[in-house]
Amino acid sequence: MVFAIEAESLTRTFGGKKGKEPLVALDNVELQVEEGELFGLLGPNGAGKTTLIKILSTLLLPNSGTVKVLGHDVVKDSQSIRRRINMVSGGESSGYGILTVKENLWMFTQFYGIPSEVAKRRIDEMLASFGLMDKKNSTLRTISTGQRQKMNVVRGFVTDPDLIFLDEPTLGLDVNASFIIRDYIRRWVKERQGKTVLLTTHYMLEADELCDRVAIIDRGRILACDTPANLKKGVSRNSTFSIVTTPFKDVGGAGQLPGVKGIEAKEQPDRLEINFVLEDESVIADIISYITARQGKVLSLAKSQPTLEDVFIQLVGRGLG
Amino acid sequence: MAVREHLRTLKYATWLGWQIESNWTKPWLFVAYSIAKPISATLILVLMYLVIFSSSLTRPDIYAFMFSGNAFYMYVAQVLFGIVMVIHEDREHYQTLKQIYIAPISFYVYILGRAVPKIVITTIAILITLAFGVLVLGLEIDLAAVNWGLLALAMIVGLICICMIGIALAGVSFLTAKHGMGINEGIAGMFYLFCGVVFPITVLPQWGQAVGLGIPITYWLEIVRRAVLSGSGVENIGGLQSYSEAEIFLFLLVSCAIFFVISLAIFRYADRLARKKGKLDMTTSY
Repeated sequence: MVFAIEAESLTRTFGGKKGKEPLVALDNVELQVEEGELFGLLGPNGAGKTTLIKILSTLLLPNSGTVKVLGHDVVKDSQSIRRRINMVSGGESSGYGILTVKENLWMFTQFYGIPSEVAKRRIDEMLASFGLMDKKNSTLRTISTGQRQKMNVVRGFVTDPDLIFLDEPTLGLDVNASFIIRDYIRRWVKERQGKTVLLTTHYMLEADELCDRVAIIDRGRILACDTPANLKKGVSRNSTFSIVTTPFKDVGGAGQLPGVKGIEAKEQPDRLEINFVLEDESVIADIISYITARQGKVLSLAKSQPTLEDVFIQLVGRGLG
Repeated sequence: MAVREHLRTLKYATWLGWQIESNWTKPWLFVAYSIAKPISATLILVLMYLVIFSSSLTRPDIYAFMFSGNAFYMYVAQVLFGIVMVIHEDREHYQTLKQIYIAPISFYVYILGRAVPKIVITTIAILITLAFGVLVLGLEIDLAAVNWGLLALAMIVGLICICMIGIALAGVSFLTAKHGMGINEGIAGMFYLFCGVVFPITVLPQWGQAVGLGIPITYWLEIVRRAVLSGSGVENIGGLQSYSEAEIFLFLLVSCAIFFVISLAIFRYADRLARKKGKLDMTTSY
C-alpha cells in the first residue's frame, strides 16, 4: 500500500518558556493516508488540524516524530515535497489585490513550472467550473469574499498537485459557493487516479459527504479514524436523542447522569437544543426528570440517526460548537 | 534546481514586484512620484550644505563627494527597504507568504526578483538626481572622463552585495513583525554613518573607522565616486586615498564575499528558526 502521508509519534508544542506549560498542539499523532484518498480531519477550533497541515505542507517543523509526505521526509527533503503539493486555507484574504484573478493564477502556475498553453487552458476551464469567468480580468481587491475564496481554491488545484491540503476551504462561505467547492473537490479526486486530498473542517456534514475516511482530532490527539459509515456504526449501539427545552440551570450537570455518554447543548434566545448520546434508551427518563426538576419544560424530543457529530460527542464528551 | 527554473522564478517575481511598485496609482502620478521623491530627499542635505557653506564652489570636490555619496546611498536605503518589505507585504498585507514559501521555487531568487524593480526605479531616481545636480546645483561630472568599465563592475558587485544584505534582513523579518522595519532602518542608518556617505570616514573615531573599513559599502561608494567623478579630486577625500582603484576593488570583492557568506548563513538560520517557531504565516497587523 502506498501512503501519501505517514506520521509516526508526531508531536508539536508551542511556547513553554519562562516556566509556563507548553501548549500541546499535536500529541503523538499516528496517521496514514493512502494515495488517492479524500481524507478528512475533523475537529473543533484549536484541535491541531491547522498545525498538522502546516507541518505536512513544510511550513512548520515538528518537535519530534517522523513525517513523510509522498515518501519524502518533511524536515530533510521539503523541496521534493513542494513540487507535488499545494494548499488552500479558508477564511483568509490571500492573494495580490492589485493583480487580476487571471494574473494571480497565472503567476502561481509559472512558479510551479506549468507550461504556458497548459496553464492558460487549465485556468480558463477552472474559472468556468467555479463560475468566475466574468471576473477573470477583475482585480482581486474588487471581487467578493466568496469569489476570492473560489479563486483561492482554483489556485490550489490549478497546479495539479498530487496531494492538496484544504484547510477549512468553505469557512464563512454561502451555501452556493460551498456547494461549488465541495462538488469540485469530489470530482477532482474521482476523475484523477492517485490524487490525494487532506481536508480539515469542523463542518460535520462536509466531512460526512466528501471523505473516504475521517480522523477525529481533539486537543492534539487522534481519537478515531475510519470511514464515516464505520464511525457512525460505532455510535449506533448507543441511543441519540435531541431534546428542545425552555432554558434551565446547570445543563452540563445532565452530562454527569449515569448512562449519559455525551452531551452537546446549543443555547438559543428562548430555548435550549440539547443532543444526548445515551448507553440505553431508558436513561431518557432520568434526563426528563433532571430537566423538569430544574424548571425546564420539554418542548420536543426526538431520537436521531447517528451522525459524525454524535461520533464526536461520544468520543470527546462535547460538541464542536 | 535548473537554471531555467531560477530564471522563470526571477522573471515572474520581477513582474510581481513591478506590479506592486507601479500599479498602485495612475502612470503619470507614479512617474511624478518617482522623480519628485529622490530629488526632494537629496535636496534636503544639499541645501543644508549650500546654506552652511554659502557656496558650492569653494570646495567642489567636497560638494561632489557629499552629493554623489548621498545619491548612490539611495541604492542601500531603497533596496534594503524594498527587500524587507517583500516579507512584510507578502505575510501581513497580501497573506501570500505561505503559498509562495511552499511553491517549488528558490526563495532567494524570488526575493531577488522582487528587488529588481526597486533597483530599476532607484537607478532612474539616481540618474535624475545626478542630472538635477549637474544642471541646477553646480555638480561637475565630466561624462568623457567617467570610467564606465569600473563603474559597471562596481555596480554589479555592489548591488549583489546590497541584495545579499537585504536577504539577511529578510530572514530576520521572518522572525519579527513589529521590529522588522526598525532593524532595516537601523542597519541602513549604520551604513550611512560608518561608510563615508556624506563625510569621509577619517572624521570618525578610530573604532568607527575600523567599523567602516569592515563594510563593503565603504569600498563600493569610494570606487563608484572615483569612476563617476574621475579627475575631480574626490579620491583625496574619503580616507582611502592611499589605495589604488584596483586595491579598493579587491577590498570590495573580499568584503562582499564575507558579507555574502554571513548573509546566507543568517537567512538559512532565520528560515529554519521561523519554520521551527511557526512564524512564516503569522499575521500581526503591524
